[in-house]
Amino acid sequence: MIKPDTLEKLKILAGAAKYDVSCASSGSNRPNSGSGLGNAAPWGICHSFTEDGRCVSLLKIMMTNHCQYDCAYCINRKTNDVPRTAFTVDELVSLTIEFYRRNYIEGLFLSSGVVKSPDFTMGMMTQVAKKLRTEERYNGYIHLKSIPGASPELVREAGLYADRLSVNIEIASENNLKLLAPQKDYESIFSPMNSIRQGILANTEDKRKFHSTPKFTPAGQSTQLIVGATPDSDQQILSLATLLYQKQQLKRVYYSGYIPVNDYDQRLPALTAPPLVRENRLYQSDWLMRFYHFKADELVNETHPNLDLEVDPKLSYALRNPWLFPIDINKADYEMILRIPGIGVKSAKMIVMGRQYGRLNSYQLQKMGVVMKRAQYFITCNELSSLTINEMKPEYVKKALTEKPVKTKKEKHPGQLKLFTEEHFTK
Amino acid sequence: MNTWIYDKTFEGFLTLVFECFELKSIPDKIIDEQNQGLFGYSHKIITNDTKAERVWKGIHKKVSEKTALMLYHAFLSEKPEVELWMLTFIRRVFGTDLNVEADFGKTDVVELYKLRQKVVREAQRILMFVRFQKTVDGIYYASFDPQYNVLPLAIDHFEKRFADQKWVIYDTRRNYGFFYDLYQTTEIHFIDSQIDFTTGNVDASVLADGEQQFQELWKSYFDAMCIKERINPKLHKQFLPKRFWKYLPEKQGKQ
Repeated sequence: MIKPDTLEKLKILAGAAKYDVSCASSGSNRPNSGSGLGNAAPWGICHSFTEDGRCVSLLKIMMTNHCQYDCAYCINRKTNDVPRTAFTVDELVSLTIEFYRRNYIEGLFLSSGVVKSPDFTMGMMTQVAKKLRTEERYNGYIHLKSIPGASPELVREAGLYADRLSVNIEIASENNLKLLAPQKDYESIFSPMNSIRQGILANTEDKRKFHSTPKFTPAGQSTQLIVGATPDSDQQILSLATLLYQKQQLKRVYYSGYIPVNDYDQRLPALTAPPLVRENRLYQSDWLMRFYHFKADELVNETHPNLDLEVDPKLSYALRNPWLFPIDINKADYEMILRIPGIGVKSAKMIVMGRQYGRLNSYQLQKMGVVMKRAQYFITCNELSSLTINEMKPEYVKKALTEKPVKTKKEKHPGQLKLFTEEHFTK
Repeated sequence: MNTWIYDKTFEGFLTLVFECFELKSIPDKIIDEQNQGLFGYSHKIITNDTKAERVWKGIHKKVSEKTALMLYHAFLSEKPEVELWMLTFIRRVFGTDLNVEADFGKTDVVELYKLRQKVVREAQRILMFVRFQKTVDGIYYASFDPQYNVLPLAIDHFEKRFADQKWVIYDTRRNYGFFYDLYQTTEIHFIDSQIDFTTGNVDASVLADGEQQFQELWKSYFDAMCIKERINPKLHKQFLPKRFWKYLPEKQGKQ
């Protein structure tokens, strides 16, 4: 099935798909049906990492990069002069299977430019997923991008074969979206999102009645927001994200620092580098909302509409609310311990379990993995307390924690900060 | 100095625990009989399956399955201090009727927990970075050399995932591996093979048709995924440590 032009097509269509940041392969549980190929591991596995430090878990590829839309932020917009090509259903099926068998990937993430009509495009993508599941007996992960404007019936059908469906919102406010992508509006984005949500709800309902109900997007749906292409504030972005997690029951919201792919377009800001620090701060906030029980308005609000780029959002929260501290490690609730800078979910759990056996001191905290350099200003434990945030004043704590030791060699690539290292592999 | 030596097997270690209680004596140093060097010893353990079995059953009666598994995983780290930490922990477990599993204030508990994390992470890296090469006889082959002896922990995953293809995963550092023939998995040892142990590559003459093409496709895909505006070699190497590069087609010939 591999033809001489496959290599060329792969390069073009992978290059066209790379700006979509989602790569998660977690959240699904699709055991191998006896003697078929593959199983989707519920925790997700990264198989490689690109030189920009992003995980490669799925074969992230476009069906075609021909597109009838003209969205200003997109590399594949109609008016761009880029090489265009398309894969056939068989080619994609064969590539997925061969890569999967060699343990290169966890599965397929298929997206597409819009050709002929949203329904036609969605139908082609569904065919790939259907063929993989029914003819190849493949149980690996499949993530399909739902095309804005596709009919609910087609989206439902896609959900029967895919582990995850996603519709990208891209821009955090509707008027800015309309400005940059005249052919799109929130209606065309939220209607497929709604039908996926309803599909998932109906499926859970049916599962209660009939054990044999087929799976419907077991890994849920996700979306992506582009950061820095429009003047939308972090407050707008994070409150939209909260709404999506709560009302739409999304599994993940991804944030993508805007990369000026079409720098000639006057509607877009002129950037010298993508806003990687801001993107990182948004991910940290997202993490705080999902795993640390923070609310969006505790991180950003009317008086602080944007995240502090100098310090992480948890430290920033602590500095703005010094009266909550110091927190007594040996007495405070789990919820409060989670709010201490320098303490993560793992160490917070260890603290709550470990303190049942006796009062904890700072040496023990350090052994558990607490970053004492940060935490020291916000806690008291079984020792005479050192200087905490109240004696030191927030501005001095901030200074003490942000001043870097003088480096002799200037770093070549200050670029992207690391996210939460270990969670990446295990969640 | 009360130095004990044993054969570095898990059964050997459990025998050691048994004899601790039997002789009412606690070693302050435990060494491997292979590497005892110039040091003398005061007691030598002879591995005894009955004694080992009794201790293992005893541990299961006192702690949860998860904690028992943590002990086994931490042991696989082969770290020099691991036996003493385990001994301290097991003695405390046997010495009380209280549940002491989550006493993270104690050094041995927290250290064993951290070692378990390291071992499990290494096993996960097998799932992440194993790359199969298809050979002419239709077997998918992969070499690996994990830091800890964790290949057995990864086998279950591959049996489930690649149930309809024959495969071999071989630990080149410890010179053993597993072969799955569509029905069962067996342990194998190569005596003579067409595999280059330094690169992990199968000799080109026995590769299946199209194998090199797929490696080439994968490499091109990998290169195409990189966004050059975001390049970050430090982060790249942190996630994808250099010691794994030799077995990854996408990193062949890269510095």
